[in-house]
Amino acid sequence: MKSWKLAIAGVAISLVMSSASYAAKTDLVLGIVLEPPHLDPTAGAAAAIDEIVYANIFEGLTRIGAKGNVLPALAESWAQSEDGKLYTFKLRKDVKFHDGTSFDAGDVKFSLDRARGDKSTNAQKGLFSAIDTVDVVDPLTVKVALKQPSGDFLYNMGWGDAVIVAPESAGTNKDKPVGTGPFEFDSWAKGSQIVIAKNAGYWGKPALLDKATFRVIPDPAAATAALLAGDVQAFPVFPSYETIPQFQADPRFKVVIGTTEGETVLGMNNKKPPFDNQKVRQAIAHAIDRKSLIDGAMFGFGTPIGSFFPPHHPAYIDLTAETAYDPEFAKKLLAEAGHPDGFKTTLKLPPPTYARRGGEIIAAELREIGIEAEIIPVEWAQWLDQVFKNKDYDMTIVSHTEPNDLNIFSRDDYYFNYDSPAFKDLIKQIDATSDGVERTGLYQQAQKLLTKDVPAAFLFQLPKTGIWDAKIEGLWENGPIQANDLTAVKWLD
Amino acid sequence: MLNYTTKRALIAILTLLAASLVVFAMLEIVPGDPARLMLGMNATEDAVHNLQEQMGLNQPLAIRYFSWLGGLLTGDLGRSYTYSVPVFDLIMERVAVSLPLAAISLALSTLIALPVGIFAASKRGKFSDTLAMGVTQVGVAIPNFWFALLLVYLFAVTLRLVPAGGFPGWGAGFGVSLKSLILPSIALALPQAAILARVTRSALLEVLGEDYIRTARAKGLSKRQVLYRHALRNALIPVLTILGLQFGFLLAGTIIIENVFYLPGLGRLVFQAITQRDLIVVEGVVMLLIATLILVNLLVDLSYAIVDPRLRGRS
Repeated sequence: MKSWKLAIAGVAISLVMSSASYAAKTDLVLGIVLEPPHLDPTAGAAAAIDEIVYANIFEGLTRIGAKGNVLPALAESWAQSEDGKLYTFKLRKDVKFHDGTSFDAGDVKFSLDRARGDKSTNAQKGLFSAIDTVDVVDPLTVKVALKQPSGDFLYNMGWGDAVIVAPESAGTNKDKPVGTGPFEFDSWAKGSQIVIAKNAGYWGKPALLDKATFRVIPDPAAATAALLAGDVQAFPVFPSYETIPQFQADPRFKVVIGTTEGETVLGMNNKKPPFDNQKVRQAIAHAIDRKSLIDGAMFGFGTPIGSFFPPHHPAYIDLTAETAYDPEFAKKLLAEAGHPDGFKTTLKLPPPTYARRGGEIIAAELREIGIEAEIIPVEWAQWLDQVFKNKDYDMTIVSHTEPNDLNIFSRDDYYFNYDSPAFKDLIKQIDATSDGVERTGLYQQAQKLLTKDVPAAFLFQLPKTGIWDAKIEGLWENGPIQANDLTAVKWLD
Repeated sequence: MLNYTTKRALIAILTLLAASLVVFAMLEIVPGDPARLMLGMNATEDAVHNLQEQMGLNQPLAIRYFSWLGGLLTGDLGRSYTYSVPVFDLIMERVAVSLPLAAISLALSTLIALPVGIFAASKRGKFSDTLAMGVTQVGVAIPNFWFALLLVYLFAVTLRLVPAGGFPGWGAGFGVSLKSLILPSIALALPQAAILARVTRSALLEVLGEDYIRTARAKGLSKRQVLYRHALRNALIPVLTILGLQFGFLLAGTIIIENVFYLPGLGRLVFQAITQRDLIVVEGVVMLLIATLILVNLLVDLSYAIVDPRLRGRS
């Protein structure tokens, strides 16, 4: 009887000890909110895929750095022809995929042709539309000919959707991703966690961590508890804004509020009355107080924007004053547009907190100028179907998280139903221009045009609310592209 | 008896078939295209079309239904649209979490509820009865997710005795896996125990008011003997009914607790599959749950017969 009790006590103590012991300094557990559907970045739009595999498992010809700049990756250098239509990429030597097969020009041609081919299921097929032909010159040289010069081409090749895959493993990357990166796939317990481990045979600077675990924690309260209990040591995009002050006050943690590429907008159906009237759209923009919106829906985290451009970009201009909060002026504009008493309309809101909470605040503010907006909550699948595809909506709130996506306002048949030849022309010029100064000028013209036309009311830039153990170094502060680049992450001791 | 069993089995099969039709039809009505959801806002039309073809979504409804039904009969539940792995494997991974969790919670709630219920009934009207019923009233009223959060803050965040959540997988070791199920099963068990204790008490009290109890007392049996030998057995029928219902709930209705403890259980699988329009997974899980409930109901019916010999001859 006594030994039995002793055994129980022993088990209890060892249980306590094991949870109290700290993780070894070369592994890291990161929290993520959404589980990726699969792990092939060339076959899905889910940010959760790139947040695990980008720069860690898969690499492209180029890659996007922490500041949003284009860096060499599998291409160590490149040359552009005089007319801007031909790129010659010089590839890295002695690069191997994680399954041991070697990387060469043939893999580049395979990957690019696969992404832009007839059978492609690439979520960003448009990135490759400028490509005319891809030719293998020798095992370490690839020539890519473009249909027309494209200033964005090198940037586009740095997207997660443009990574280089091997023909041997392309079919099974969803379940067992095989790339060339500093980490290789280890295991995936569905619904629970994904583990990646250091790739000992990496061609470049080796990773400093031996192992990284991405643990799926969808619930904000659970995310808070997991960080506090030390079960996860980093949450690159922390979902619970309301508990951030608690972490800011705790010296064990580092709270880093950065920016993302997520422009949050109040989208309006530009072809549907009364939103086909520019004055109505302007009135709505002037009726929204961005500060109270950010305070109320985002607990103060987020940067107000006056156009569709990320504030961290060198070509950004602050245009928020152009559509400053002014309900009296908004009423005047509405009256001029022929709606002195306002009108009734709808506001469809997808699930994210910024939309649901933000939508209530905006609906209340619109009521002040006489617009009765009925709130209709929808799921993502419904949103994509009704709002995005069939354009069956009046107003909606959504964050456009893709980088470099100013051109969505130039797309025909996009859900805003905005059709401006002047804007389309600007985008065409931007795409055909490689010169930095000239591009900046064009970007600023485009921003101003959108502020004036108000195809959507521009609200705020989504923040990247990172929280991690104060002893961790090397995680990205901002989110210039959807990624958790772990190549430089390490524990300080 | 044989006749009875065949009839029950036939009804079960018909129920399953009807359920399959309803489930399939309902999910078809739900708006949203899994292929478009997967490829997102920047996708080109032809890429969406290619993916639809890969997923087999462009086939006619009837063909998809019958090929799915045919698969069910041979034990093949199809492949998940989003994970692109067999649905059966996906479900089994989750059952490995949900079933032990449900079983532990059920055992825990029974172990707490029966003694409390019996105790309260035997002390009817006394202070201890009032106290026990007051506590169970609170137990019924407290939302389990809130209770779960309290448990997490006390045992995981403050005392650091157990992890705040997550499930390492049985492969990581029996001890650590069991440890990660401790808080969730307590959070699930206590409100269930409160309900069960109240049912046990009132069922017992009802039986204790019967004439034959008085007779038993009159023939000289002690209060204790009457309670355990005559009253309890008869009071078990409603208790068993509730237990059966609770098992169904614990297996599938634990999504909130699974979220609080981020456990990869069945509830979260269904929820995620619904939001991602991974319809084939939803269909698979729902069919499994219906089958389980039918089985549990059958077991409950059979256990009535064990408790109450009078029911044995009734077939």
